[in-house]
Amino acid sequence: MPDNVNPMNPPEPPGQLQKPMTSIPPLAQADKRREPGIAAAGLKKIRNTIPRSSRIPDATFGVIILVSAISVFAIVVLVVWELVDKSRLSLHQFGLSFFYGHDWDPVNGNFGAVPFVYGTLVSSFLALLLAVPLAIGVAVYITEICPQRLRAIISFLVELLAAIPSVIYGLWGIFVLAPLLRTYVEPFLARTLGWTGFFSGPMYGLGMLAAGIIMAIMVVPVIASITREVMTAVPQNQREAVLALGATRWEMIRIGVLRNARIGIVGGIILGLGRALGETMAVTMVIGNRPEVAKSLFAPGYTMASVIANEFTEATGDLYLSALIEIGLALFIVTLVVNALARLLVWSITGGTARVRA
Amino acid sequence: MSLWRRFANQGATAFATIAAVLVLVPLLAIFAYLVLKGLGSVNMAFLTQTPKPPGEVGGGMANAIVGTGLILAVASVIGLPLGIGSGIYLAEYGRNRFGDLIRFTADVLNGVPSIVIGIAAYSLVVVPQKHFSAFSGGVALGIMMIPTVARATEEMLLMVPNVVREAALGLGIPKWRTTLSISLRTASAGVITGCMLAFARVAGETAPLLFTAFGNQFWNLKLNQPTAALSLQVFTYAISPYDDWHKQAWAGALVLIILIVGAVAAVRVTTSRGMMKGA
Repeated sequence: MPDNVNPMNPPEPPGQLQKPMTSIPPLAQADKRREPGIAAAGLKKIRNTIPRSSRIPDATFGVIILVSAISVFAIVVLVVWELVDKSRLSLHQFGLSFFYGHDWDPVNGNFGAVPFVYGTLVSSFLALLLAVPLAIGVAVYITEICPQRLRAIISFLVELLAAIPSVIYGLWGIFVLAPLLRTYVEPFLARTLGWTGFFSGPMYGLGMLAAGIIMAIMVVPVIASITREVMTAVPQNQREAVLALGATRWEMIRIGVLRNARIGIVGGIILGLGRALGETMAVTMVIGNRPEVAKSLFAPGYTMASVIANEFTEATGDLYLSALIEIGLALFIVTLVVNALARLLVWSITGGTARVRA
Repeated sequence: MSLWRRFANQGATAFATIAAVLVLVPLLAIFAYLVLKGLGSVNMAFLTQTPKPPGEVGGGMANAIVGTGLILAVASVIGLPLGIGSGIYLAEYGRNRFGDLIRFTADVLNGVPSIVIGIAAYSLVVVPQKHFSAFSGGVALGIMMIPTVARATEEMLLMVPNVVREAALGLGIPKWRTTLSISLRTASAGVITGCMLAFARVAGETAPLLFTAFGNQFWNLKLNQPTAALSLQVFTYAISPYDDWHKQAWAGALVLIILIVGAVAAVRVTTSRGMMKGA
């Protein structure tokens, strides 16, 4: 073929439109190549036959759709810009010391975020500690153990857990969980594990432990649904092969399924972490809201999200408000990083929708 | 089979089963308490009256129920068109770099903590308006609806076979008409599911309303005034020191959960009958 092409018209890189013309005699091909190409010209001709009046609506529609897509981008930019702009005062005043200052003293205009960062990290970590084994257990139960008939019901119920508003978790936490912890669980923990120092001091019921437990319940459906997804993505052959080698069911799950799905499961856990870090209402209602760093999990604490929820409308003075918004900015950045990381991991397993279709 | 392997197998099976039970116990406990404690306090007064002053027994949350409706209406007016619009863009036009960027920002927006959205709505709407309002609450919730609706719309539109689009275009139907009346119509069951899930997700949100809608003890039907919302009222009453308010908090929570579970269940029923099963 290349020999037949007129040297004056070196072959163009094969574009989409030229492809079907390879069977056209070389002379004609060389002739038409100077023009945009037969197909493109043909398309243009056809398009010209469409009356202008019917092309305008198409263009308008395209613009409207484009504008609504751009609005998503614009909203995120606006949110970031507002956070940075409104926290400028506090950023200038405290700089980095905001994140290693221990004092939260609105009266004297002294703001340090350590108690809140500590509270957010500890309560989220505690939540993950409790939620991860449970969530993986549930996912294994649903995909591998549970009788076929129960499968849909149980996965629906676990999903339902994610649909309960956080304020209702908080309500339940205050009136059911906290008394339960105060009268039964905390005395028991103090007796058996009190020597560690994590379970000592006065037992209020409300505190870091309550916050961790409530958040664990809220995070389980997030981790469980991702784990279930990546586990179902493991090919059936894998399971059959391991079983054929004489493995027990547990060995099959461990070697054939969990090992293959582990990156996705880690992604799910990180996604759960993102949810836990930003969780506001339920935690605010049960954590006790005291800006202190205490080793005991019985002690009340405070988180980044709950200090914003509690003090935002009562913030007197620009610096106070600005400090609260800076906490919001920090929360935004952390959850952004955590979510991006989680999505990358989950995508690498399930070949995320966006990647495949893009 | 060695004893240890058998033991490990049974142990793991038992652990997974116990985990499933342990996860379902709080769910059942929450629903049981909602019904037990809430049902007794849901009565005509609760559904038709406004709150009594602190400490006085009686009154209801009628204004909060209406307020939630008002805020959700504003949120839907903002969130649904923008969400569906960007979903259409992603599916029909967005297979390029810019589409990836929008997809990524939608995911970012989905992960932003709701309290941060509240701050943004506060400084974007409340500060310029100079007071708390139902509108600003609706803006906050509307923003939260967009990513869910957009990704659901995109996913459902991509499930519509290309042949259907080509057939329509081949008949000389313009692209906008093809997209709206053929593709979107075919995907409608799934898109509606996405919309309802987004609606259910924001209906119970409290954090972004704290400093946008703010709450109100009286009737308000104006968009530019502070407005009560069911979730806010539950929060305020739950942390109050009054026994009667605690009872009303349970009642409010029950009404709220009925609203949300009702929406989710309605979606399940309609989609299991529709074309896009399992959407």
